[in-house]
Amino acid sequence: MMLLKDILVIDFSQFLSGPSASLRLADMGAQVIKIEKPGTGDICRQLYVSDVVIEGESTIFHAINRNKQSYAADLKDAHDLEKVIQLLSKADILIHNFRPGVMERIGLDYETVKTINSGIIYAEINGYGSEGPWKDLPGQDLLLQAASGLTWLSNNNNENPTPMGVAVVDIMAGTHIVQGILAALYKKGITGEGALVQVSMFESVLDFQFEVLTCYYNDGNQLPVRSAINSGHAYVAAPYGIYKTKDNYIALAMTNIVRLAELLHCEPLKQFAHSNDWFDKRDEIKEILANHLKENTSRHWLTILEQADIWCAPVMDYDLMMKEEGYRVINMEITVKTSNGLSVKTTRCPLRVDGKQLISLKGAPLLGEHNQEIEKQFGLEKELQPAIKN
Amino acid sequence: MIELPLEGITVLEFSQYLSGPSAGLRLADLGARVIKIEQPNGGDAGRKLAIKNLWVDESSLLFHTVNRNKESFTADLKNADDLNLVKKLIAKADVLIHNFRPGVMQKRGLDYGSVKEINPRIIYAEISGYGKEGPWKNKPGQDLLLQSMTGLTYTTGNGSSSPVPFGIAIADILSGAQLVQGIIAGLIRRQKNGIGALIEISLLESLLDFQFELLTTYYTNSQPPQRSYHSNGHPLLSAPYGIYKTADGYIALAMMDIHALANSIDCKVLEEFSKEQAFAQRDKIKAILTEHLSLQSTEYWLTRLQKDGLWAMEVFDWEKMMNHEAYKCLQMEQIINANDKKIVTTRCPIRINGERLYTDKPAPKLGEHNAQVINELV
Repeated sequence: MMLLKDILVIDFSQFLSGPSASLRLADMGAQVIKIEKPGTGDICRQLYVSDVVIEGESTIFHAINRNKQSYAADLKDAHDLEKVIQLLSKADILIHNFRPGVMERIGLDYETVKTINSGIIYAEINGYGSEGPWKDLPGQDLLLQAASGLTWLSNNNNENPTPMGVAVVDIMAGTHIVQGILAALYKKGITGEGALVQVSMFESVLDFQFEVLTCYYNDGNQLPVRSAINSGHAYVAAPYGIYKTKDNYIALAMTNIVRLAELLHCEPLKQFAHSNDWFDKRDEIKEILANHLKENTSRHWLTILEQADIWCAPVMDYDLMMKEEGYRVINMEITVKTSNGLSVKTTRCPLRVDGKQLISLKGAPLLGEHNQEIEKQFGLEKELQPAIKN
Repeated sequence: MIELPLEGITVLEFSQYLSGPSAGLRLADLGARVIKIEQPNGGDAGRKLAIKNLWVDESSLLFHTVNRNKESFTADLKNADDLNLVKKLIAKADVLIHNFRPGVMQKRGLDYGSVKEINPRIIYAEISGYGKEGPWKNKPGQDLLLQSMTGLTYTTGNGSSSPVPFGIAIADILSGAQLVQGIIAGLIRRQKNGIGALIEISLLESLLDFQFELLTTYYTNSQPPQRSYHSNGHPLLSAPYGIYKTADGYIALAMMDIHALANSIDCKVLEEFSKEQAFAQRDKIKAILTEHLSLQSTEYWLTRLQKDGLWAMEVFDWEKMMNHEAYKCLQMEQIINANDKKIVTTRCPIRINGERLYTDKPAPKLGEHNAQVINELV
């Protein structure tokens, strides 16, 4: 039995934060219905990246929205809205990521939806919370990275503030909302009562930095300083970072510098005998190491270090990684199929349950693809008859 | 104080450092009782791992950050009496979390098969580095190394740079957060069928999932993502996406129409590029923007861009952010009372029924709750 069997999710969200949450719920067994605007749908359908298009739609839309259904409804149309309300009366979970005020205007704010379905878990993701001077700003990933100080943690100190090159704020907010949704759903199993669950991208990206922010709060507010070269983490001592070798790059995590000096036959490193130096003089240490490591190949160094159980790894791009048995053996790739026969290769859910990978081969829906099926499943047309007559 | 959703749930945390303990922390903040099972000799190795040499007591500030709101029970799992006690706790627990390397729990007789015998309702959750099969299974599950092995370091920094790691332990934090999803979903199924579950994740699978947009694009076009040469913000995205230096600071520009941008910042040269060229010609466009945006202040540009509804933001450091009303009104900080010391840290990012979740309960001293746990659960 799938973990979330028989759970119905009505998902009004667009782009990545909300849809990545409903993707996880779908993979754990929930039925996820995207409510989309007729004609255009989720704006992400047209968010082409890297000049790559699959059947007129963006690759990332397919990755984010596989294993879901699409119900096209114009929320400004009373008839459509009534059907959506019927759906909500049967749903376990509602997800939206509109800006504050939008659901109120449509008449689908929590207070109203609760009167339709008191057991619903009403989940919302917004950019900066529903109060304060930034509440109406767009909840966009890069802008949240910029606003939250996150960009001062990666890369070398002489470089501009550097964003993380994956939409980390969207993904963390989506991950957090799923945690809150499921916790509330668990409690509903005991009390029968629904809940309002809210996450803002701002709170999510602050939580993401909880270790280093706590350091900042308690160290007299000293701003982080990235190391001058080979920066891996602003708060971690040498050698932590990535180093160029003769043929590629290797990564070195926390390691005793003296031992490293012996293993690598790097005489000048031996002067840093005190562990305090490894943080205080990390730029000096890293420079010596960088000069030493570029003299030989990655394989050469890794062979020495791995034998000694030093925390090290080759640095790989996707081309190199895909060739590795260690990548292939986890079977991370799945090929999903859309209803019009299109195959899209993507990644599966990272969780395993009862020893099994969670795999669904259902591709992303066409816009409005499931209107009829959903109306039939939930008897929407039938229940609407009296309302229309009136 | 609202009634928390996971009240009544007991979690045994056999975890160290960050990945497993960050999962335990979230469950605690959502209302679960989380008991760390620690070796009497030193306990969680995270107790001795400090950043900036900051200590609260015999444990580091870092440990206190990750383990607040938990209890500690010491047991030597190699000692038969202690192991028996732990098994009695397992009989009463709802969730068990561990992040040992593959094989360690088997050696102690605490693998899922054995634990299920003691308590068939338990949710048994484990985090590994690379999964349990294949040539990497015994490698250390360390965050930077996983970032390096999964291509992630080629997403960040400019195209001319070496690979650049994320300056936060993304693999640990994400895998811990995803494990929580699986654990609670397991508890939900248990409400219906009365049976527990085995929930597994690896740092490797978490980081591949994290890159699902990039990987799906790569699977489609076989081109590893290329970072732009200037102001790389995301390797898949067109100009202007990235951060630019201004006359007095930095500004972030997200997705926007290139002509609307040209118009808003009065940059005639940009008009020569068509919308369709915004990806293919992004290095040229970004080079032009780098020069143009350096001429005026952040405030100057931001006023124009925001007036035109374009997605832009000033780049803040923590000092500036914390002085801003938008940060203050979140009330994200909370105070933990660790004996006589007060620690300021962040709260849980999830709000329930409009309430923020706060707790002032500190991280436990090693073995602090031994008597209490035995008294209440054995």
